[in-house]
Amino acid sequence: MLVSFFYMLREGGIKTSITELLTLYEAMKNGLAGHNVDDFYLLAKSVLVKNEAHLDRFDRVFGAYFKGIDDSLSDLLQDVPEEWLQRQAELQLSEEEKKLVESMGGFERLLKAFQKRFNEQNKRHEGGGKWIGTAGTSPFGAYGYNPEGIRIGQQESQNRSATKIWEKREYQNLDHSVELGTRNIKLMMRRLRKFAREGAAEELDLNDTIDKTARSGGMLDIRMVPERHNVVKVLLCLDIGGSMNDHVHICEEVFSAAGSEFKHLEYFYFHNFIYESMWKDNRRRHSEKTSIIDITHKYSSDYKLIFISDATMSPYEIAYPGGSVEHWNEEPGAVWIKRLLGSFPKAIWLNPEPRARWDYTPSVKIIRDLMDGRMYPVTIAGLDEGIKALR
Amino acid sequence: MTDSRFIGTKSYVATKDLSMAVNAAMTLERPILIKGEPGTGKTQLAIEIAKSMNKPLFEWQIKSTTKAQQGLYEYDAVARLRDSQLGDSKVNDISNYIMRGKIWEAFICAERPVLLIDEIDKADIEFPNDLLQELDRMEFYVYETKKLIKARHRPIIIITSNNEKELPDAFLRRCFFHYIKFPNKEIMAQIVNVHFPGLKKELLSEALNAFYKVRDVQGLKKSPSTSELLDWIKLLLAEDIPIEALHAGNSKSAIPPLYGALLKNEQDVHLFEQLVFLDRHTNSK
Repeated sequence: MLVSFFYMLREGGIKTSITELLTLYEAMKNGLAGHNVDDFYLLAKSVLVKNEAHLDRFDRVFGAYFKGIDDSLSDLLQDVPEEWLQRQAELQLSEEEKKLVESMGGFERLLKAFQKRFNEQNKRHEGGGKWIGTAGTSPFGAYGYNPEGIRIGQQESQNRSATKIWEKREYQNLDHSVELGTRNIKLMMRRLRKFAREGAAEELDLNDTIDKTARSGGMLDIRMVPERHNVVKVLLCLDIGGSMNDHVHICEEVFSAAGSEFKHLEYFYFHNFIYESMWKDNRRRHSEKTSIIDITHKYSSDYKLIFISDATMSPYEIAYPGGSVEHWNEEPGAVWIKRLLGSFPKAIWLNPEPRARWDYTPSVKIIRDLMDGRMYPVTIAGLDEGIKALR
Repeated sequence: MTDSRFIGTKSYVATKDLSMAVNAAMTLERPILIKGEPGTGKTQLAIEIAKSMNKPLFEWQIKSTTKAQQGLYEYDAVARLRDSQLGDSKVNDISNYIMRGKIWEAFICAERPVLLIDEIDKADIEFPNDLLQELDRMEFYVYETKKLIKARHRPIIIITSNNEKELPDAFLRRCFFHYIKFPNKEIMAQIVNVHFPGLKKELLSEALNAFYKVRDVQGLKKSPSTSELLDWIKLLLAEDIPIEALHAGNSKSAIPPLYGALLKNEQDVHLFEQLVFLDRHTNSK
């Protein structure tokens, strides 16, 4: 019975293996799951999910499966009759929360607004095709399994913010665990390595030992040196949302490879172009920002700067004050990127769009000029060139 | 199931999902990997399990230079070489130079021990892979003495990670996993109660309010965690701070007393003071 659940998890992007499935069976045989679905949920979660970034996915798949619906989430959303949803929601809402919903114009209106928002999103995401990762916000928490039943209208305060979240466009944080295909990217990044001996002396220095022992007349004189470590520092700036949704997969790969390769890796997100600030967490991008000035002061100039963006936008967004699509920027983006490049001389721009298409987009040319031509496609060859430019 | 179940102790509040993960791992004799924000009691968990079940605890603290082999045993060839030069008779027996690691100690323990492998992510990327066989079969071979060391009782293995590095899939597949979420107010109140029984209710709720307010400040390098909260309350009690001082203002403009215990970073303290100052300034206008 669990086999189809297992495949659904894998379909949902949780790379669980047969070993883990067998472990789950073994645990159930030992009576660990008890006789209720709550215990089984807890058990399955701790056996099958090995990364906290996947917990949410697991909840969604679990919820969908154990409600007897084993279709993909997108189909699910289209087919669900409104009444059903409403009933489901009413079951989980307290009296107080129901009143709140009423005050916002009733459930129907709320749902309609949501449906509209969702359809819009759906169109934008058509290119992606991977239903969980790129589906973006998926505020459709109702399907998430949760023993406390909090997804649809959590506590009073959060309920208010829930409507707001639908209005703000949110993007999922990049899942840095994508392993598929990252190996060659990792090998590429390995070339950036810079070794230095620092820290405690832990390694036997054979040459020095022989030399010193000979000098002291054959009495052993052990010499130690510190081990070699990779000391290269990388600052990664990722474009997220909008036209970048088509490239989420490749960005995840690069991000994942960089994450495991560099000890000193800092990353920031931006939307379309660099303005006065970037952010680290897409869920809180409207409230927690880091200003470019802070970034240039905080990180030393030996950090290597890597942008990942398709550089596709209106030229106004780069060259004019107020050109940002999201807010009023006092100074044009071009000024801000120059500041960044001034502080981090070693910088490249990785563009996931194929190189052949670059010439048709004016903004790509502008950015290429701003970067002094250091723009490379995200291919093996392109990365190779880019890494060379960084060294 | 010969072992009793773990449901938290007098001094440790375990949520339902945590105790489920721990019990499942103990029953199936597999390691359990614990992740979570610093200061949410990952290391403490192993100590509490050992205490509550009256089992010996072996702690293996991992550093960036730790090698997997060090957990099994180390052969001190250099000492032997030196002794041979000095003509020490110890030299003839190689086992004099084999030093047992924590895993060896845990394997030969007379009863089922708890083995804590703390902060496994600090070590090299390959470190967990090097331990796969040993943790799977619970045995290893000492090449120098040609002896096979087998666990007398499979230890309860608790592994903690701060997420500094990703762990290899092969390793993860063999573990149970639990992510300790930052406790919400309710559970936090329970936790504080466990550590300070008889704490006045008003003081507790005021302290928690102040604490979550500090945690809400954005841009802090290190948000205060459970352990900082406990230290802070201890200080409040020791200094006998009146409750009024805690809710001197209902707005953000009140600096909680002794906030140095909550914010450990100079820049954070600075940022916090600035924010409070700004807030006061705008309020007074």
